[in-house]
Amino acid sequence: MNYIDHHAHMVSRTTDDYEKMALSGCVAVTEPAFWAGWDRSSADGFDDYFRQLTVAEPQRAAAYRMQHYSWLAMNPKEADNRELSKEVLKRIPKFIGCPTVLGIGEIGLNRITRNEVDTFREQVEMAIQYKQLILIHTPHLEDKKKGTRICIEVLRQYPELKPENVLIDHAEEHTLEMILEHGYWAGLTLYPMTKLSAVRAVDIVEVFGPGRICVAGACDWGPSDSLAVPRFIMEMKRRHHAEELIQRVVFDNPVQFLGQSANFKVAPRAREVSPAMA
Amino acid sequence: MLTSEQLIDEYFVENRNRVLEVAAFLDRLDRADESGQSVLDFRLRAFGEALSTLSAPALADPAGSRLNRIQELLSDPTTEPIPALDRKSARGAYDLWSAEARQ
Repeated sequence: MNYIDHHAHMVSRTTDDYEKMALSGCVAVTEPAFWAGWDRSSADGFDDYFRQLTVAEPQRAAAYRMQHYSWLAMNPKEADNRELSKEVLKRIPKFIGCPTVLGIGEIGLNRITRNEVDTFREQVEMAIQYKQLILIHTPHLEDKKKGTRICIEVLRQYPELKPENVLIDHAEEHTLEMILEHGYWAGLTLYPMTKLSAVRAVDIVEVFGPGRICVAGACDWGPSDSLAVPRFIMEMKRRHHAEELIQRVVFDNPVQFLGQSANFKVAPRAREVSPAMA
Repeated sequence: MLTSEQLIDEYFVENRNRVLEVAAFLDRLDRADESGQSVLDFRLRAFGEALSTLSAPALADPAGSRLNRIQELLSDPTTEPIPALDRKSARGAYDLWSAEARQ
């Protein structure tokens, strides 16, 4: 089954991961800019990172006939450093014109400091100014509900921002309702331990329905799984869900959200149209 | 969707194992905790409340599901950003019992 992983940190993965993902049906990945696992010492490091995201990774993916897209941002883990954040934000606009950039992300909150909120707000404004989609990181564990709520409060201060242009990622059971009720897309990121599992993600689809929900692996340098989306597909099949429903969540939904960027080139599925509907 | 009987057939064994893993974790803690102080750790206190929630009946409202109630009791209930960065990572539970939290 073809699928799209809208959140994968491929700079941290080996070429074997690209091959496994391609073999399992992945046609495209989108890679948000994130923390390297340690704090960078200067904005120059981000320049190189953004070149890696916009030049090197699309080439690695193409070797396996996969499309690679990226999101640019000052990530939440380093966003408390206001001086560094301001320098990094100055460097983002020159990359926005790259043909595989979809938007600003992953922006958001980590420990929910005042500085993080200020950096988040500036990046929302940048996305509005450059007419970019937004991908939002919400904090993990005990900080998730508070962080998601504050992200939404900030977003709602910009009436010119269309909710359908925003995906709020790392959603869980206790944050999904507030994300969907305000019109945003919700991302379920699946991890092998400590965070949301494929089993619970399927529960969420059963309880909330498939509307405006996307599923990703968020694989990175930590414990994570480049095949998380295929495991979600397997779990859906284990519950006897129809192929059409599964395809909607893992392919149609991401195509609908990501396709709002003119740079995203994956075509929607061809639908069979009965003569009566033609 | 599966019937309740199908869910039990399909998922009982793996969840049986999860319950045993939790029991083993608590026994391991008891063996290591000669002073009995671990029960005062805010994470363990929240964990104990979560375990109580597991055996409570589910409420009809989805917000009252066992899972949502546990998510709530493990979440930071405050509403304002913190003034300065204290650490890089979350710890899994909010310290409701600290003097700071009681203010």
